[in-house]
Amino acid sequence: MANAFAFAELRGGAFRKVAFETVTAARMAADASGGGEVHAMVFGAPGTAAVAEQLGRFGADLVTVVEHPGLGRYAPEVFSATIAAALRGGSYRAALFPASAEGKDLAPRVAAALDLGLASDVTAFELNGDAVIARHPAYIGKAIATLRLTGQPALLSLRPGAIPAREAPRTARTTTAAPAVDPAAARVVVTGLAPRGAAKLDLGEAPVVVSGGRGLKAAENFKLIEELASAFGNAAVGATRAVTDDGWRDPSDQIGQTGRVVSPSLYVAVGISGAVQHLAGMRTSRVIVAINRDKDAPIFKLADYGIVGDLFEVVPRLTEEIRRVRREG
Amino acid sequence: MKIAVCIKRVPDTEMRFAIAADGKSVDPAGLKFDISDFDGYAIEVALRLNEQQGPGEVVAVALGPDALQETLRKALSIGVDRGIHLKCDAVPFDGLSIAHALAAELRDAGYNLILFGRMATDTGNGTVGAMTATLLGLPLVTAISHLEIKDGRGTAHRELEGATETSTFPLPAVLTIDEGIARPRLPSLKGIMAAKKKPIDIRPAALGPVRLTVEALELPPERTGGRIVGEGPDAVPELVRLLQTEAKVL
Ligand SMILES: Cc1cc2nc3c(=O)[nH]c(=O)nc-3n(C[C@H](O)[C@H](O)[C@H](O)COP(=O)(O)OP(=O)(O)OC[C@H]3O[C@@H](n4cnc5c(N)ncnc54)[C@H](O)[C@@H]3O)c2cc1C
Ligand SMILES: Nc1ncnc2c1ncn2[C@@H]1O[C@H](COP(=O)(O)O)[C@@H](O)[C@H]1O
Repeated sequence: MANAFAFAELRGGAFRKVAFETVTAARMAADASGGGEVHAMVFGAPGTAAVAEQLGRFGADLVTVVEHPGLGRYAPEVFSATIAAALRGGSYRAALFPASAEGKDLAPRVAAALDLGLASDVTAFELNGDAVIARHPAYIGKAIATLRLTGQPALLSLRPGAIPAREAPRTARTTTAAPAVDPAAARVVVTGLAPRGAAKLDLGEAPVVVSGGRGLKAAENFKLIEELASAFGNAAVGATRAVTDDGWRDPSDQIGQTGRVVSPSLYVAVGISGAVQHLAGMRTSRVIVAINRDKDAPIFKLADYGIVGDLFEVVPRLTEEIRRVRREG
Repeated sequence: MKIAVCIKRVPDTEMRFAIAADGKSVDPAGLKFDISDFDGYAIEVALRLNEQQGPGEVVAVALGPDALQETLRKALSIGVDRGIHLKCDAVPFDGLSIAHALAAELRDAGYNLILFGRMATDTGNGTVGAMTATLLGLPLVTAISHLEIKDGRGTAHRELEGATETSTFPLPAVLTIDEGIARPRLPSLKGIMAAKKKPIDIRPAALGPVRLTVEALELPPERTGGRIVGEGPDAVPELVRLLQTEAKVL
C-alpha cells in the first residue's frame, strides 16, 4: 500500500479544473497500489484553506495548504522546493502534476531537484510492478509513445482533459504548512498576471470547442463561430494558425503544435483543412465534428462525423438545431 | 553577453514518417532532419540580444551522434559563433539524462544566458531546459513569449491559459523559448561560407542515468466509425441526432 501525491493548481483563489483531474489521477494511483492515501498540496495567499476541502470530493484524504502572503501568485522556486521537501519526506508511489502552463514549469524542477524521472504530458497511465507505463503524444501528435518510467515516486504530468475528474467523495483532512523556502528570497518573481480578453470560458477547460479556419474567409465571419459556440452554452472558440497569423483572432486562440492543446468532449472544426500541426492540438478530443466543403480535406480522416458543404449554409443551420435541442432539453 | 543555445536535431515535422521495424522509434529512411522549431526561435533571440546590446558570443550546444554536426553547421551559418558537440551514440528519451550532460558542459562556463526551446518536436517532453536550470541552480523562466534584458536583470512574459504572466529575474539565468518571440532568420550565402571556418568542439556526453524509456511507438489510432453524415445543411438534423444518441455529447 502506498500513497500518491497531487499538486492542485489554483488560480485567483479558485481551483482550476485540472486540479480535480490531478487529484482523480492520484486517486487512481493510490487505489492501484493497494488503497493508499491521496495527499494533495495547494499554494496560496492566506485564506486558501477555505477552498481546500473541495478536493475531498475527488478522493483526496489529506490536503496540505501552504499559505503565505507571498504565494497569491505562482512562485516557481517556492512551490518546487516545498513539493520536493514533501516528496522527500513521504514514501509516495507517484506524484501527479497537470501538464498546464504552471504544471509544465513546475514538474521538471521537482524532478531534477529530487533526481527522479518524469513522464510529461501523459494521456493515460498504469502502475506495473516497480514501473509506471504511460502514454504520451510524441512527434507533435504524429505518434503515441508508450513510456516506461522507473523510480519512486514516479513523477507524471497529465494532459489537461485526458483523465476527466471523477468524484470519489471522502472527507479530506486539512493541514497548513509553511513554505520550505522564504518567498521573499526567490530570484524569479512573478510580478503580474494579466487576463487576456473578457472572462470567457478557457479553451482548455471548455467541454466543447468550436474552431474556425481560413474557410471563414474574413475576421467578421467569426461571428458564425461565436454564435454556434454560444448555442452550445459551454463552448470556447478556437482557431487555426492561418487565422491567428492573419490577425482574425487573438494568438491565444490558436490550437495546435504551436498553440494550445485541447481535449474537449466535443471539437467542432469549421473550414479547417486538418494540417498535422493543427491536429496536434486537438487530436485527443473525444468526439470530433468537421464541416468542410472539400470532401477530401484531411480533417475528415480524423473526424467522427463530417458534413461536406458550405459552412456559410451549414453553420447557421447547426446553430439553430443546437439551440432547439437545448431549449427542448 | 555570452549566450548558450541548446539545440536538438529532430526529424523535419513536415515530412510524413513511419515507425521503424523495432516498433519503438521512427524509421529514419528518407527523413530530413533540422533544428527543432522552438530551438530556432531560441537562436534568433540570442542573436538579436547581442545585436542590440553590443558584442558577445553565441554558442550552440547539441547532444547526439555525429550526424548532428550538420545541424550545428546550420546554426553557425545563421550567425552562431561556435558549436559544441556532446557526442553519444543515441539520444535518450529521458530529459533528465540529457540535462545532466548539458549541465556538466554549461556549469561555470561563464554564460550570462542559457536558452532552450520550450519543447523538442520529437519527444514532446518540454523538460530538458527546466531540468538543466535546476541542476545548475540558476533562475529559470519557461515558455517565454517576450523578453527584455537591462542592467543584469530580465523581464519575461509567459502565456498561461487565458492570461499572460510577467516575471523578473537576475542574470545569469536559463530561459526556454516559445514561438512567436522572434521570427528566425534564414542562413545567408555569406553566413554559409563563414560557417565553414567556425569551430565545433567535440566532447563525450556525460549522460545521467536513464529512467524513462520508450517501450513502443505507434501511429495514433485511426479513428474508427468516422463518417460523412451528409452534404449541406440538410445533413444537420442527422448530425445533431448522432451527437445526442450515439456520441452522447449534447
Ligand atoms: C512550424 C509550424 C507550426 C504550425 N503550428 C500550427 C498550429 O499550432 N496550429 C495550426 O492550426 N496551424 C499551425 N501551422 C499551420 C498549418 O500548417 C496550416 O497551415 C494551418 O493549420 C491551416 O489552417 P486552416 O485549416 O485554417 O487553413 P487551410 O489549410 O487554408 O484550410 C481552409 C479549409 O477551409 C475549407 N473551406 C474554404 N471555404 C469553405 C466554405 N465556404 N465552407 C466550408 N469549408 C470551406 C477548405 O476546403 C479548406 O480545407 C503550423 C505550421 C508550421 C510550419
Ligand atoms: N539532445 C539535445 N541536444 C541539445 N539540446 C537539447 C537536446 N535535447 C533537448 N534539448 C533542448 O531542450 C529543449 C527541450 O527538449 P525536450 O525536453 O526533449 O522537449 C529543446 O528544445 C532543446 O533546446
